[in-house]
Amino acid sequence: MNSEVCIDPMIPLPARIQRVVWETDDTFTLLVEPKSENGKRFQFSPGQFNMLYAFGIGESAISISSDPLKQNAIAHTIHRLGFVTSELSRLRRGNFIGLRGPFGNGWPVDRVKGMDICIVAGGIGIAPLRPVLYSIFHNRKEYGRIFLLYGARTPLDLLYRVELEQWSKLSDINVLVTVDHSDSSWKGHIGVVTNLFSYITLNTLHTIAMVCGPEIMMKFTIRELQQRGIPLEQIYLSLERNMKCGIGLCGHCQFGPKFVCKDGPVFAYTQVSHFFEKREI
Amino acid sequence: MRTRDLTEILRHHPFISDLSDHYLQTLLSCVTNVRFKEGSYLFREGEEAGSFYLIRTGRVALEIHAGERGTIRVQTISPGEVLGWSWLISPYRWQFDACAVGDVRAFAFDGKCLRTKCETDHDFGYEMLRRFSHILEQHLKATRLQLLDVYKRQ
Repeated sequence: MNSEVCIDPMIPLPARIQRVVWETDDTFTLLVEPKSENGKRFQFSPGQFNMLYAFGIGESAISISSDPLKQNAIAHTIHRLGFVTSELSRLRRGNFIGLRGPFGNGWPVDRVKGMDICIVAGGIGIAPLRPVLYSIFHNRKEYGRIFLLYGARTPLDLLYRVELEQWSKLSDINVLVTVDHSDSSWKGHIGVVTNLFSYITLNTLHTIAMVCGPEIMMKFTIRELQQRGIPLEQIYLSLERNMKCGIGLCGHCQFGPKFVCKDGPVFAYTQVSHFFEKREI
Repeated sequence: MRTRDLTEILRHHPFISDLSDHYLQTLLSCVTNVRFKEGSYLFREGEEAGSFYLIRTGRVALEIHAGERGTIRVQTISPGEVLGWSWLISPYRWQFDACAVGDVRAFAFDGKCLRTKCETDHDFGYEMLRRFSHILEQHLKATRLQLLDVYKRQ
């Protein structure tokens, strides 16, 4: 929690909506401008999340999906699903929401300098990984090879299409995108995201994997990474649970002995491997 | 294309790179070099599965007709990958349509020719089955994950 901006982590601060970008027919990005209590700028690490409050409705935990260096417009990519996210989807530029955060532990972007990075994202799981890419691009020479493997249900469900197009033209990142199924208008890969590993060669001892998506997709991805010889301690994943307080007090997001909001949402796989596939948890 | 060139190209293909020279020559006796224009079909569902393909360039989409939903593409096969195993399994009929996405160059291996070789040399037959079992396992795993429809809207 960045205590410099929010003095009390349980009190939402007003944040003005700068822009609403519809990414797909049910997923949108809210760019907000948080106001701090003491005039300090909002800072976050890639992988952290905010609690967004739709006034009178409730709060929802949403990953921050913008560039950590652009502190004047904080992006949150939101899948319209329940009451809160539906209400958030109705808001327009100039409206206000409440914002608490940032919360949680993010991706180990600074600790893995010098390594190859393999980012594996499924569906809206690309949102908390986008700040990782921005951070890498700001310090590109400090990292080895970069792979982005991204899977979605159909071409219409792909997020950040303009940026994906731009990134795929860069020579220093290998972007592979696939969809589970499509019609003939899509000329790219079709098949599950784990198929994309066939098209890259990973340097096993020199690669850090960062994985985010539906849990079942992450499970299959971890198996694939293991099969390709990536040591478990080099795999990181972001988990999603029903988060309420954001500071590890209420227990809603308890995951075995961990609280996803406070200890995560990003975990080294070795931290959670012994209960990741437990049905009871 | 000269046999020597062909041997060199095939020798580097991951599907057969570790095959003995003897078996590689057996395969070579059943291969032809083929090209398909963008949008043309390598085969159609229900047709006799007379071959399998090693894709060299371009991409092939497997399509299935889903009634009112129209034609759905469920998988693409990219350069370096193997297309088709129905040549190996009775009744030797294709289960999907295969459409060229972009111009495609491939090696086509004659299924009947290979089946005969497999029958007469069981060691060679075992090598083929071992390699295709691995491909089948990969496709089965991927299909299971696809069936889970992990990105389905709630």
